[in-house]
Amino acid sequence: MAGNTVVYIDHVQGKAPPAAWEAVGAGLALKDEFGGSLKAIVVGQGVEALAAQALACGVDEALFGEDERLMDFRPEAYASALSGQLGDADVVLFSDSVRTRDLAGMLAVDLDTGVVSDVTALEITAGQLFASRPIYAGKLISKVHAVDARPLLITLRSRAFGAPAASGSGQPTRIDVDPGDPPTRVIELKPSEGGVSLSDAAVVVSGGRGTSNNPSLVPPSDMTDEKDIEIWRAHQGFKLVQDLAAVLGGAVGASRAAVDAGYIPYSHQVGQTGKVVSPDLYIAAGISGAIQHLAGMRTAKTIVAINTDPDAPIFKLARFGVVQDLYKILPPLTEALRQRLGT
Amino acid sequence: MNIVVCVKQTPDTAATVTVEGGQVSWGDSPLVLNPWDEYAVEQALRTKEAHGGHVTAISLGPESAKDALKQALAMGCDEAILISDPALAAADSLATAQVLASAVRKLDPPDLIFFGKASVDSASGLTFAQTARVLGRPLLSQVAAVNLVDPDGGSISVERLLPEGREVVEAGLPAVVSVTKEINEPRYPSFMGIRKASKAEIPTWDIGALGMDSAPKAKVAWPEIFAIALESTSCEMIEGETPDAMAAKLADRLLEEKVL
Repeated sequence: MAGNTVVYIDHVQGKAPPAAWEAVGAGLALKDEFGGSLKAIVVGQGVEALAAQALACGVDEALFGEDERLMDFRPEAYASALSGQLGDADVVLFSDSVRTRDLAGMLAVDLDTGVVSDVTALEITAGQLFASRPIYAGKLISKVHAVDARPLLITLRSRAFGAPAASGSGQPTRIDVDPGDPPTRVIELKPSEGGVSLSDAAVVVSGGRGTSNNPSLVPPSDMTDEKDIEIWRAHQGFKLVQDLAAVLGGAVGASRAAVDAGYIPYSHQVGQTGKVVSPDLYIAAGISGAIQHLAGMRTAKTIVAINTDPDAPIFKLARFGVVQDLYKILPPLTEALRQRLGT
Repeated sequence: MNIVVCVKQTPDTAATVTVEGGQVSWGDSPLVLNPWDEYAVEQALRTKEAHGGHVTAISLGPESAKDALKQALAMGCDEAILISDPALAAADSLATAQVLASAVRKLDPPDLIFFGKASVDSASGLTFAQTARVLGRPLLSQVAAVNLVDPDGGSISVERLLPEGREVVEAGLPAVVSVTKEINEPRYPSFMGIRKASKAEIPTWDIGALGMDSAPKAKVAWPEIFAIALESTSCEMIEGETPDAMAAKLADRLLEEKVL
């Protein structure tokens, strides 16, 4: 069965996350199996370079549409700009992000078609495309297919598909798009502290409640409130987590218990009600491994568990385990890796 | 203000989920109000408390989903409506959005429609965007703070929590808002609330009651669901006399196994 695949290049003001190219990689793999054509499309302002990059990755054709009303990502405007461009597609791939969920959802309404989010595998069986996605926080996998509707819109989980090497070149094609007037206005963006994005990170180092358990720390003398002291201790613990993550070029994660206790902002939470991560290496420090946490990191390639309790459930999932206080083991581990990796 | 909050009933996140004969089963675990939706209900109630008005909770699901609606009522919602019809059993996110939009159109026109950021079971995270699009209303997703609601001026200003930072966005009312966990701390139902909810009559609307000729057809199907076996990794315990020795050994093993 031949099919036409379109890959949408996700971006923020012309800057594409790594996962955007993974979607191109998935498109190339699909074309190998599916036949048909592979087109990339991007809309925004200042996005010609992204279309050129997609051509370099090996797509047959790359379209870009620009309009000043597409400067900020607004799902309504992006959907309106794209909906007229997908007529001959059988499948449209998006890298999964907070932007593409809104965008793909709205496009499915405009095109009266099906949409599947957070897909981790694609396969063709008897001429039918199946998209696998984890449900119930990764406890189960659901295989989804389109029913009498096309194109099937699919958002792909970060790090589930490989990005292609960029070696070719070509001339992208400019298209006319009409985004309409966006119904919402971006007033300002307060940038986050930076650091590596959890979902894109190859290494994640996470801390749990155990971060506040270092008895040898002496809190500042003017600190008397017990909760303040606990949070102060946890901040010292998370400093060690951060140091290790920095040496490994990784992101900092946290358990729900640590977030709920106020040790670290929610944006770091890994698990069923936080982010789902799938890094090459996941180091869990002072995390016992509640089922809701495991749901967010179980697909990591290698898991290292550091916990004082040898019976903690996290060890069941781990490749390497260390029964030790995190504040005793993290500093020498950071130093040992710094020496060996020369970072 | 007229406020609608859309909720779903889900298994508890601690449930052990299995597949039996292609059907998902969660054993004896309780069904609950989707944890993400608690934040949406809370935000709906806070908006009402600040500006006055009426909060209606709606849910699409089987008869049992009335329990989730009762939890929303116990938290303080004024009214709840269940949308239930055997023809909707296989509804996908688009069909769900179309049905929710039809229900919203039957109500007094709302100024704000709240959603949680996803359900903890199917976790598509699509329904709010699709409902907004079907209704033709602006979408504010990933909302971590509401800075201002101006019912008279017909506007709302929020902060969206995005990977690249906090985005301050304004929209006109009515608008669809999907909230994240950072936005508030959901209240526990009061004793009086629970009593009131237990006596509440929750009407059930079927396809006919929604004024739809037939159930919207799902555009995707998921005939196959299976459990993933936990890879039984044998955990290699790193031993050592001192933390330094353990750290050195772990670092060596990570390099030997080409993890790094």
